[in-house]
Amino acid sequence: MQKRVVSLWFPRLASDRFLRARPIDGPFALTHRQNNTERLYCLNTEALAQGLTPGMGFADARAFCPDLQSHPADLTADAMFLQVLARWAKRFCPWVGLDGHDGLLLDVTGSTHLFGGEIALLGDIHMRLAKAQLTVSSGLADTRGAAWALAHFGKGVAERGQTLSAIGDLPVAALRLSEKANVGLQRLGVRNIADLVALPRATVTRRFDAEVIMRLDQVLGDLPESLSPLPEAPRYQVRMSLPEPIGLAADVMAGTERLLTALCQRLKENETGARVLQLTLRRVDQGQQQVELRLARPMRDAARILPLFERGVDEIDSGFGIDQLRLVATQVEDLPIQQMTHSRAAPDDQLDDLITRIGNRIGLENIQRFLPADSHIPERSYVISPAAWSTPSNTWMPVRQRPLKLFPPEVVAGQGPRPPRRLRWRRMSLTTALATGPERIAPEWWMTDESWHSGIRDYWRVYTQQGRRLWMFYTPQNPAWFVQGEFA
Amino acid sequence: MDRFTDIFPLRRGRVHEACGASAYSFAFALAAQHKGAILWIKEKWQADQLNPSGLADFISPSEILVAQGKDQPEVLASAEEALRSGAVSLTLLELSKPLSLIAGRRLQLAAEAGQSTGLCLIQDGMGSNAAETRWQCEPLFGGADSTLQRWSIIKNKTGTLTNWDVRWDAKTRRVIVVSKTGE
Repeated sequence: MQKRVVSLWFPRLASDRFLRARPIDGPFALTHRQNNTERLYCLNTEALAQGLTPGMGFADARAFCPDLQSHPADLTADAMFLQVLARWAKRFCPWVGLDGHDGLLLDVTGSTHLFGGEIALLGDIHMRLAKAQLTVSSGLADTRGAAWALAHFGKGVAERGQTLSAIGDLPVAALRLSEKANVGLQRLGVRNIADLVALPRATVTRRFDAEVIMRLDQVLGDLPESLSPLPEAPRYQVRMSLPEPIGLAADVMAGTERLLTALCQRLKENETGARVLQLTLRRVDQGQQQVELRLARPMRDAARILPLFERGVDEIDSGFGIDQLRLVATQVEDLPIQQMTHSRAAPDDQLDDLITRIGNRIGLENIQRFLPADSHIPERSYVISPAAWSTPSNTWMPVRQRPLKLFPPEVVAGQGPRPPRRLRWRRMSLTTALATGPERIAPEWWMTDESWHSGIRDYWRVYTQQGRRLWMFYTPQNPAWFVQGEFA
Repeated sequence: MDRFTDIFPLRRGRVHEACGASAYSFAFALAAQHKGAILWIKEKWQADQLNPSGLADFISPSEILVAQGKDQPEVLASAEEALRSGAVSLTLLELSKPLSLIAGRRLQLAAEAGQSTGLCLIQDGMGSNAAETRWQCEPLFGGADSTLQRWSIIKNKTGTLTNWDVRWDAKTRRVIVVSKTGE
């Protein structure tokens, strides 16, 4: 079957994208910094009508056209927008590829009749893109090259087998030639493609390099040219529809097991593990029930994940019955296959499962572990991080005696740099029996910490006659005494 | 009379209670006798922080996991889950309200199923009848020795009530009984 290719060219993709979100009247340009100069990157029609061109210096453009409005271009967002358009274009055919940074290629072989023929297909594309406020120019031909030529330099459809007659009048630049070959051909008086075809091939090859003939052959279909479709991202969702509704928790678990096995197989093929799983149960009355499972580690072991679903499934209200189950891995992380060795301790599966279970009840971020931090400030000598996203670290520095319990500093009455003889703290009268210190800790000047505004601290270990052992400090710069911790 | 070593690494598969100013020391002296991860469950709003640098005298701070529940039911539910799974050898829970007999019994059953130990740190006088043992721990002034304390067992389902004066040896990580004080 003869191939049919549609080429779509969005000449003002970047500015159209921007103006869709924020319409602007009058000349508008996106600017981009190239070689240390702000240059115009993409213009709207009003700006083009003022005589501005892409690539012009921004300062010059503003001199020509004082009311020019501008905004910096965002090339990554443009590339992502083109991906979105490519996904949209899959409504016309399954085989869609990108063409440079501002075009799409659609292999519509065998799918045009679904839209009422080729002309109607192009009309449909134009109508929909116009509604989306995008400027587009299109071409449909037997080959990728010819479609490209029509989109960029001509218009419309080249009939089957009529490629040459459709594009013969177009300039040679429509062959996607390099600048050098293009200028060379122009100098020889070869203005359009028909002129080039009329020349003997041998002389063209001798005068220019093989590129010109190769491009010509590609356009006419004598040389094949591939069109690579976009890779499809793996989809981690499985579902099951049931002929009869189910309602027992055991039945739902059995269904979940089947889905989970299929999903884990897919995860395994892609060497990924699920982090968040969502089980959606559709009831016969169209109501939906959801069970979300957040895992402490990326996992793809169906036998281990299944019991973790039990609690959520037990809480489901099945109503008149459930007739569809859908399982989606909403968050997926890389989980490469690992060699089992003696040297590395096996991960503690039981503990991870426990973290998952508790985490699904109280929130996964509420299960934490201590990690060492590099600071002399007692409250900053450690960081607390969620256990599910960190690994234990054993690089704790040995420090002087520190209390077991820390609390926000509590003021006690006292005067002078030595700990008070008697003190009242938390409604207790205490008598100091022994005090060891001071240990001076200076605030970190490179950090602004509200609680250290009172300056340096002299820490004392105060042992009282009553037994309580307190960790107190004195701030010589703003004289006052505080209790910050307790050696239990 | 019981010897301290008969009772101190507290009986496995049971939930115990500790109260008093030195309950933290008691909890971590107990934790030092257990291998593997320790789970500490507390309510989020409590301002008292565990200080990992101080903890290093008892166990390696990397061995402890802290779970923070919104309220007591969440703490109890997490504790029950942890005790039942047996993935952690010791579960420590900090309670702010008295425990009902049903809740206490549920914890006992969970601990029995998972063969792990639980220890509730309770406020003075808020013990539950379901506890296996209850300890009153108070620090004592002992000169330069910063670890002297009195541990009194004030409820014991399987033995007598006794007091011990103990101190903690951070180097060897064990409890040293200074003297046994009679009733």
